[in-house]
Parts: sequence; C-alpha cells; structure tokens
Amino acid sequence: MKLDYQPLQRDLTEVGYIPDDALAMALCLAVGLHRPLLLEGEAGVGKTDVAKALAAVLKTNLIRLQCYEGLDATATLYEWNYQRQLLAIRAHERDALPAEAVERQVFSEDYLLRRPLLEAISQPVSPVLLIDEIDRADEEFEAFLLEILSDFQITIPELGTIVARSIPYVILTSNGTRALSDALRRRCLYSYIDFPDERKELAILRARQPRIDGQLAGQVVRFVQALRREDLEKTPGIAETLDWAGALMGLDIRSLAQDPAAVQASLLCLLKTEADLKAVPREVTARLVGRVA
Amino acid sequence: MPASEPRGASMRMAGFMGHLRRNGFTVGPGETELVLSTLAATGLAEASAVRLGLKTMLAGDHAHWERFDDLFDAYWLDRGLRIVEPSGPRSGAARERRRPDVWDKILPPDETGGTGTAEQITEGRRGADGPGGTGRLLASGQEALARVDLRTLTSAAEIAAAERVAERLARAIRHRLSRRRIPSPRGDTIDLRRTIRRSLSRGGEPVELLRKRRPERPVNLVVLLDVSGSMKIYSRYFLSFVRGLISTWLRTDVFLFHTRLVRITEALHERDAMRAMGRLSLLAEGFGGGTRIATALKSFNDHYARAALNSRSVAIVMSDGYDTDPPEALAVELRRFKRRARRLVWLNPLLGWKDYAPVARAMAAALPFIDCFAAAHSLESLAALEGELARL
Repeated sequence: MKLDYQPLQRDLTEVGYIPDDALAMALCLAVGLHRPLLLEGEAGVGKTDVAKALAAVLKTNLIRLQCYEGLDATATLYEWNYQRQLLAIRAHERDALPAEAVERQVFSEDYLLRRPLLEAISQPVSPVLLIDEIDRADEEFEAFLLEILSDFQITIPELGTIVARSIPYVILTSNGTRALSDALRRRCLYSYIDFPDERKELAILRARQPRIDGQLAGQVVRFVQALRREDLEKTPGIAETLDWAGALMGLDIRSLAQDPAAVQASLLCLLKTEADLKAVPREVTARLVGRVA
Repeated sequence: MPASEPRGASMRMAGFMGHLRRNGFTVGPGETELVLSTLAATGLAEASAVRLGLKTMLAGDHAHWERFDDLFDAYWLDRGLRIVEPSGPRSGAARERRRPDVWDKILPPDETGGTGTAEQITEGRRGADGPGGTGRLLASGQEALARVDLRTLTSAAEIAAAERVAERLARAIRHRLSRRRIPSPRGDTIDLRRTIRRSLSRGGEPVELLRKRRPERPVNLVVLLDVSGSMKIYSRYFLSFVRGLISTWLRTDVFLFHTRLVRITEALHERDAMRAMGRLSLLAEGFGGGTRIATALKSFNDHYARAALNSRSVAIVMSDGYDTDPPEALAVELRRFKRRARRLVWLNPLLGWKDYAPVARAMAAALPFIDCFAAAHSLESLAALEGELARL
C-alpha cells in the first residue's frame, strides 16, 4: 500500500471536487485501509459531494443511504416483495406443488427487495457507500450499522447468510444534530471539513462554473467569505456560492457594483432564512460590496 | 506490533498515544497498532503527511480535530507544553465518582451517609411497584397543602409531599414512543412480513393477522436548578422535588447553578432526605448572589452536554429568568443546548404570580427554545404539569 495522497487529490480535482490536504489524506487512508470515514462539518461544505467524487475517481457505483429518525433494518437491508409472494402462492394453488417447494420459491432471491446496505455488499466491484446524515438516525440504528460495518455479512432467516462479495468504501456524514456514540467514532477514520478559504473556494467556483467571468468570480468569493463572518443563523455553504454565482451570471452581471438592486434581490440564493435576509439589508450589502469590489 | 518496526520508534509512538490520552483522546492499543502498522506498510516519513494521517486516524470529533495539531507539535517537535490541559470532565469514570468541589468545603470527607443510600433504594422500589403505581396523579386530599405557595414550605412532611409529587411526575414522563415497531399482539399496524410467513402453513391464506406497534422507551431527564438569591425561597423546595425525580427507573442528572454550575447527581443519590436538603440549601444560600444563566449553560454545554444529553433527553430548567448575562448570550447557549436535547421544559415560579408576564429580557430571549413553559410556585401547579410532560 502506498500512502501518497497527492495523486488522489489530483484525480479528485479532475472530476471537479477540490479537496484540501487533510481531506485527501483522509480519503486516501479510507481507501487504503478500507475503513469507514466519518465526515463532519457545517451544512453546505460539500460532505455529500465527497462520496460522489470518490465514486467517480474509483470508477465505481455510488450507493446512498439517507438516514432519518426511525430508520430500521427493513428499510436499510432487505424486504420481501409481499405482493409478488402472494401472487406466486395463489398461482401455485392449482399445481399441487408440495408446500416446501412453494416456500423455497417465494423465499428466493427473486422475491427479495434489496435495500442499500445489502445492495452495497453484493456488488462485484467495491462501491462507495454513502451513509448520509447518520446523526438523524437513532442510537439503535447506529449499533446495527456498527455490526454490519464490522462483519460485512447479513443473515436473512429464510435465505441464509449473505457474505459480502466486495467490501464497500464507506463514507458517513454528520451535521452534528446529535452526538454520535464513541463506539462508532472509534471504528471510523475522522475528518472535519471546514468552509473553504478564499483560494480554494475560487478554484471550486471556477471548476463548477467554467464560464464565469474572472472579475466576478473573485468578487463573489470574497463577498461570500465576508458574509460568513457576519452573524447569521445559517451560514451560506459552497452550494449557495455556486447558486448565487449562477444567478448573477443569469442576470448578466459582470461586477457586483454594477447593479445594487439586482444583487440585493439575488441574495436570496445565499440567505435562506427570513431573519438572515433581514440581517443583511441594502446598507450591509453595499458595505460588503464596497470592500470586495 | 509489526516486527519490522524499529523498537525506538514504536516506543515513541506509544508515548504519543499516552500524551493524547492524557489530553482527553479516547485512543487505546487498537489505535496504536493501527497507526504503527499503517506507517510501517506505507513507509510514510514526511512530517506533514504523517501529521495528516495520524490526525485522520486518531481524532474522534471536531474538538479533537481542532486540538490535534497543537498536541502533535508539542510532542514531536517539543513546541509548547507537553500537557496542554488536564483531561477534562469528559473522561468518564473518574469524574463520575468525584464529589463536586464545592461540597468539600461543607461536608467532612468521612461522611458518606451509608444509611441514606439504603433508604433511597427502598424508597425508590416502593415507588416503582407500590399500590399507587398507575403513574397518574389523582386529585388528592392534599389540596390544602398544594395551594400554599412554596415559599412557606418548611416542615419535613411538606418536603416529603413535594418529593411524592415529583415521583409521580417522573413516572408520567419516563417513556416516550419510539418510531420503530416491534411485534405485539395488540399493535396498531399489520406486520406483513410475519403475516405472510405464517400464512404459508395455511396455503397462503392470511388467516392470522400479526400486528406490530411502537414500543415505549425510557426518557433521560436533565435538571438544571437555579439557586441564586432571587430563587432562594424556592430552592429548598425545588431540591426536594428534584430528589423525587431521581429514581431507579429514570436516568436523571442534576445540576445547580447560580454564578457557576455544579453537578450534584451523586450527592442527591447518597444523602438521606432531610440532611441532604439542609446541606444543599446551605450551599445554595452561600452563593445566593447574582445569576449567570448563560455562563452556567455554557459550562454545561462545554463539559457535560455530550455525556448527559441525547435524543431522548428531556431537560428541565427551574429558574425565574433573572439573568445578569446579556440575553443574546443566553439565546446562543440555548440554541446549542437544544441541538442535543429533545425537549426543554422551563419551570418558572414567577409565572404563578398574578399578572406576571415573562418580560425579564433573558426570559424573552429564551422563549423561542422552550417547548413547555409552566408555573412552578405550588405543588398544585406542578401536578398540573403531568399532562404536559406526558405529551412531550
């Protein structure tokens, strides 16, 4: 195993995701050691996109499991296709097949609905398994997930044990709405993604919006960086920066100082709550624009 | 430990692990082995890359992530102090056993109240399965007592009554419904998976409908009790109420605050009622100065919230909301607090007074974060809470 993160960093940049050194190293270790990676950070710093970019670099599938409260084994592992099972049982009523034969048939893989976790371990090539917002699921699911992540096998009572054909690369993300258990943290590698600095954000913006005017790109990034230092309820993330830049381009704005009214109106791409919109009135926008233009 | 690794380097790495542990990281032999084998397998030598690699492998949360670089420099580059700070209150067992520092001034070290412990246990058990164990508060014959404003509560009997009310309230909130479902003969939804499997033995005819329901799970309770000067007249009574909440079936954590925060869970557990009340009141009065709710909450958020709160926690704050900290600070800390706790109940004795409106600036700032804001000036008002709490 070679632990050089720079090639991976280059590859990720090529598919349009620009990681800093710490994140590139974390991904490199996660792939090299085949350990789950827990990513934390504010909403909108691109945690979910990491998994997408990694899947693109490794040229493999991305399987996503979105967590929510009450998520349980049925929704994440497998479910039997009851309607089909019932139909099959009815259809066999006339055949006078022995009960065991019917049972064998309706509890075969054909009648199995695969959910993300089962799907992830039955791929021929290791996929990237994204377990998104793990903090939304409850403690029981966390414990259950730990078991899956350590054994990579699933037992279905009617079918037997399914052993992983390949071990997925697991990426977990958390927004910190709930404290995760220490057991889960210890099993995972950890990386914290911060809001990008000016240089990195500019690179991201250029990668995602290649047609953007150079002057505008610089202004947009500096404006958002300044805005993040204001006291806001919901700090704008990278996704918001990209949206806003797209909106400004759509409005045919070349420079932020060009049309204050349009810029003010377009701020709704960055500020997502009423309180935040009120916290950045025209004067504040003018002050920020004056500083970055 | 791989044999190829030079012994000196392994020792040095083990030393680094110890250094991290002393600074509050949860790393053990498993992590040491992971680090050593990874470094050996990759032949990683460049300092910056090693630092990033170790950071990824050894940091467990954001706080560790932020501190790792300093600790790394301190150990490997001999920059700064070896031990940046002693292991904080997070490192479990040691803290749990320690008595809050403030107590040492008041309590002689040998007085552990052995009889008090036994009494507490029997009391709890009686409450749990005694004849009145329906968990619902009856309109009782204590009315005359119940209407009295708690400022006048003094006798042992009255304090015992307060504890009983608290016990019943605790029972009302001990469970909340889970969103999962478990098999249950009288459940509200049909369990298709089990029904189909059962129906096979009857040729696919679903004769028997199996059901499932949402199970109940116990709630955690965290109590923050204001014992500042303005709350003095109530604090004695509130303490007996809190004592009642501590029971065998409910995980309860109790904190006192005035200008700072003290954890008193253990103290409440091991004292017999009257003596504990006496001493706690003494403690409360000794500090009966200003209130710094935001500061106290901040120290709770920084040190205890992680361990004490989870998604099944109901937090009860008992305070009149007269705060000397700026209300903005309180809002900030409450927002942090609410991210970890499920529900926040604020009991304010002033609310029971005639014509009281929560105009104290701190109270106004806190209102948006409160799920249940109720009066707590008499036993009657507390008993009325039962319905509210059962709904949380």
